[in-house]
Parts: sequence; C-alpha cells; structure tokens
Amino acid sequence: MSLFSFLGAIEIGLIFSLVALGVFISFRLLRFPDLTVDGSFPLGGAVCAILISTGTNPWLATLAATAAGAAAGMVTGWLNVKLKIMDLLASILMMIALYSVNLRIMGGPNVPLINDATLFTMLQPEGMADYVARPLILALIVLIAKLAMDWFFSTERGLAIRATGSNARMARAQGVNTGGMILLGMAVSNGLVGLGGALFVQTQGGSDISMGIGTIVIGLAAVIVGESLLPSRRIIYATLAVVLGAIVYRFFIAAALNSDFIGLKAQDLNLVTAVLVTVALVIPQLKQKLSQRKPR
Amino acid sequence: MKYLSLAPLGAVALALASMTSVHAQQKSVAVTAIVEHPALDAVRDGVQAALKDAGFEAGKNLKWQYQSAQGNTGTAAQIARKFIGDKPDAIVAIATPSAQAVIAATKAVPVVFSAVTDPVAAKLLASWEPGKGNVTGVSDLLALDKQMDLVKQVVPGAKRVGIVYNPGEANSMVVVKQLQKLLPTLGLTLVEAAAPRSVDVSSAARSLVGKVDVIYTSTDNNVVSAYEALVKVGQDAKIPLVAADTDSVKRGAVAAYGINYRDLGEQTGRMVARILKGEKPGDIKPEVSTKMELFVNPGAAQRQGAKLSDALVKSAAQVIQ
Repeated sequence: MSLFSFLGAIEIGLIFSLVALGVFISFRLLRFPDLTVDGSFPLGGAVCAILISTGTNPWLATLAATAAGAAAGMVTGWLNVKLKIMDLLASILMMIALYSVNLRIMGGPNVPLINDATLFTMLQPEGMADYVARPLILALIVLIAKLAMDWFFSTERGLAIRATGSNARMARAQGVNTGGMILLGMAVSNGLVGLGGALFVQTQGGSDISMGIGTIVIGLAAVIVGESLLPSRRIIYATLAVVLGAIVYRFFIAAALNSDFIGLKAQDLNLVTAVLVTVALVIPQLKQKLSQRKPR
Repeated sequence: MKYLSLAPLGAVALALASMTSVHAQQKSVAVTAIVEHPALDAVRDGVQAALKDAGFEAGKNLKWQYQSAQGNTGTAAQIARKFIGDKPDAIVAIATPSAQAVIAATKAVPVVFSAVTDPVAAKLLASWEPGKGNVTGVSDLLALDKQMDLVKQVVPGAKRVGIVYNPGEANSMVVVKQLQKLLPTLGLTLVEAAAPRSVDVSSAARSLVGKVDVIYTSTDNNVVSAYEALVKVGQDAKIPLVAADTDSVKRGAVAAYGINYRDLGEQTGRMVARILKGEKPGDIKPEVSTKMELFVNPGAAQRQGAKLSDALVKSAAQVIQ
C-alpha cells in the first residue's frame, strides 16, 4: 500500500467515523434503528456544497450542514414520538423524502467544489502537502467531536438520553421526558452525520446525489467492528472504539482494492470487504472459544 | 548464521531491483468507473482495445488495472487515492462522480475522463479549450439539434415532445436544461416526466399519454434499464419513441441517433495513448464523441403508429427487423 492510499484510507475513515459516532448514538445509546443517515449524510453534503459554491464562508457552510442534519434527525424523532410512526418506518420515510429535498437544495444532482476554498484549504499549513494536512485536520475535528460526545453523555441530559434507550419505562418513572430525549438524541446523531457529509464533499471535490447510498451500512459496520476490537461499556472507550472501527473498515477496503494479485477482480470488491469484516468479527469469538477449552 | 540472516535480505533486494527494471520500460494505466453498467463497461473495453492498437498491450508492455466503486462515492474516493499512490502514467475516470473524486485528489497525475456529459459544469475543466492542467477527456454530450432533427423526421407533425428522465442524474439534467432552451426555437414544446427510480419509468411515461406526440429519451440510466416499460406505453398509446442510445432500438425504440460507447472508449483510449507517448494532458483539447450512428426499427414504428420514410431507413447504419 502506498503512503497516498494509506493516508487516503485514514482520511476517509476519519470522515466516516463521524457517521459511525452518529450511528452509535441512534442504534446503541437510543436503540433507535435509524436509516435517516442515508439521507442526512448527503443532506449535509448538499447544504455545505451549495453554500460554499455560492460564496459562503466554509466554516459557516459546515455549521449550517451540521444544523441541517440535526433538523432531519429531529423530524425523524418527531414522526416517531408525536405521530406514533414505528421507528424504522419513520426513518425510512425521512430517508426517501431527503432524496428529493437534497435535489432541491443542490438544484441538480451534482455540485462540484473542485477549485473552491474549503475548510481544508483554509487550515492547510503552508509547505505541507494536502494529502498529509487533510487527515491531520480531520483527526483534530474528530477528536473534538469525540471528547464533546464523551462529555455530553455524562451530563444529566446525556445520561437521560442513555436511560431512555436502555429502559424507557424506567426512565419515565424517574421523571425523564423520553419523547424529548429521543428528539434530542436523534438531532445529535444526525448532526454528526451531516457534519461528516459536509467534510466529505469538501475533501472529495463535490456533492453528488448518489453519495448517501449505503452510508448506514458503512456506519453500522464501523460501530460493530469497533466494538469487537475494543469491547467496553464505558462511553469514552466506546466512542474511541467506534472511531477506530471506521478507520479499520477503510483499511479493509484498501486491502480489498489491492487483492487483484490473488485473482480477485474489481467486481469482487464488496464481497472481499464483507468477508474481511466477517473475519474481524469472528476472530474475538474464536479466541474466546480457544481460551475456554484450555485446562485451567 | 550470518549467511542465513543475510540471504533473505539479498533475495528481497534482488526482487526489488528486478521489479524496478521491469517497471522502467512498462507504462501503466489505471481505470476506474463509478459503477458496472453496460455502457460504462463498453467504454472501458474500448479504451483497452485502442491502447492495444497503439502498441500498449495489457499484461505485456502495459500495466492495466481497473476498479469499480460499485456505486459508492466513499469507495470512489478511496480508489482515487489508491490510484494516485500507485503513480500510473495516466488515470482514466469513467462517469462524473469518479472523475470528480480523482481530479479533486491530484493536480499532478494525468487524468483522462470519459462518458462525462458536461465536464465544464462538473468543474473537471475550466473550459473546452486545452487547459494548463493535468486533465483532458472525452464527453458523451449529444448534439441535441441533430437529435431533434431525427424526432421531426420520425413524427413530421410533432408539436409536443415528452421526455422521461431521472432528476437525480447529472447527465440527464444537462440534456433537459438544454432541451428547455432549444425546443421553443424549433417550434416544439417540452413536456417533462420525472422517474427517480427505474420502477417509476412506466408511470412517468403513462403520465405523458395524451399530452405528447412523441417521447424522446436521453441516455438516462433509469430509463435505459427499464426501457421495456416505456415500449409498452408507446405501443398501447401509439406514441413513437426516439432514443439516444442505439441499444434501445433493439429493445423497441423507433429510432436513435446515438453514441456507440465502445467507440467513445476507443476515442478515449487514443487520447490515453498520446499521453503515454509523452504528450501533456494540458495540451490535448477535450473532445466530444465523433462517431454517431443511426439505428431504426420499422416494426416498432408500425406498432407505435409512426411510419419511417424510405430515405431515413436507407440512411441508417443498422435496420432492426
């Protein structure tokens, strides 16, 4: 693997770690099976791309994209809490609705950002190559997001969200407004996903309507790979595991892209990735079984 | 012991030396497409064939690699990084999202795009003139005035032209926007029907019944993959169908004056060969498809209530019976 593809895998992994952190909040903390992600990731991208290409400051555009993602998550939560639509269905409705919304926002299926100033061109230190600067800037952003999340989910409100997810009836008995907590949790979750989308379009030369396809699969795979790498119930380790999982997932794809020497072809890419992830998930179980067999 | 520990090192050094000596005389081309698709695969095969004609044979004196992003833009970005890290002599990027991912990641490695309808709108190029940069390529832009000539020849009295398209496809939107401007100048009106998914093609086409005299379709992926649904509506409501890709004529369109994607790939391949021989991409003028072919299907015309003139049938490159 070349340095360029190594740093590329880290860069894209860091971006998707924001998605994975969002998925971790909805699926793990709130226990809300949320597919909105497939729509809120391109929503963040669409908002950010159209704002930057019409001359808005990239910081402001990124912030607006995060807010747009959060709003989308809140609507999904509202459909579920107030209109009593089943959680999975509410998120699917939101996901398909966002496809049209994103087309409206972009005014077409594709908004290029190839020569525009982005967060990354603004922050890139002079004399440093862009492919080195981007992962560094992203690492900083992800670190801030991770620490903010660790802090938030140990505050009273954050704990109330976690309580809502693990036992809603008990939480209500303790006086937690569970409906409000679902809305808040979904907003934080999809806000992170929207931020991921905004950073993705700023590193990849533009926003495309097809960029949302399969986001939830990548996010969920990252969460699960991370959990098997670093199993922990403590939030600071759990979020670290999720970030690691997202980066490791990208290395699986990089490995799959380099697998042509064993006779695999381009069309096998997704299969190779799936097999690698499966192997990563099974290894901890095998280890456990082996250690159980050993005489004490 | 000493020899034993040095032996593998020596072998590695030898292997490295032999590898570099092979690479020195070998050219390398890396090809990526956003998704596997008959037209895009034909472009890829055309590139390979044209390179072979120019003396660069994959597996012999050309290191050829191909990766498909399987529809995922995240993977497309990662393929772009891998290719740039491999430092090939040229990268061929097929379709808009793949081309944007590659061009956003490198200003140094030569990039040749293909099957991108509007490279200027996609910011792959600053203009249609040769640029200073590392990018050139071949567009599959259709000359729409010629397309509309064909529509008028198929249905001489046509006033209202329907189009079924996916609003989520960049290439289709380019066509629709140009038609909105072009048709009034030809005394025609455009009636649009959106099909965001392949399964929507049938209902979109049905919504045009009674409102249009002819249905024209571009190379829209959704429409092409569900063309039979369109044919059914065309036959039931006696609305002739004019397509933009010749394959659709075999599937029931009355006529198409279209791009052969294999030829488009060969045109791209000849451009890649020029770069391999030392020309700079910034000095090569971006091209549009040069080969257009007319396919007609008189049987389909009869079923859809149109009659093709003998002159039109005679001028066709291929007549489907």
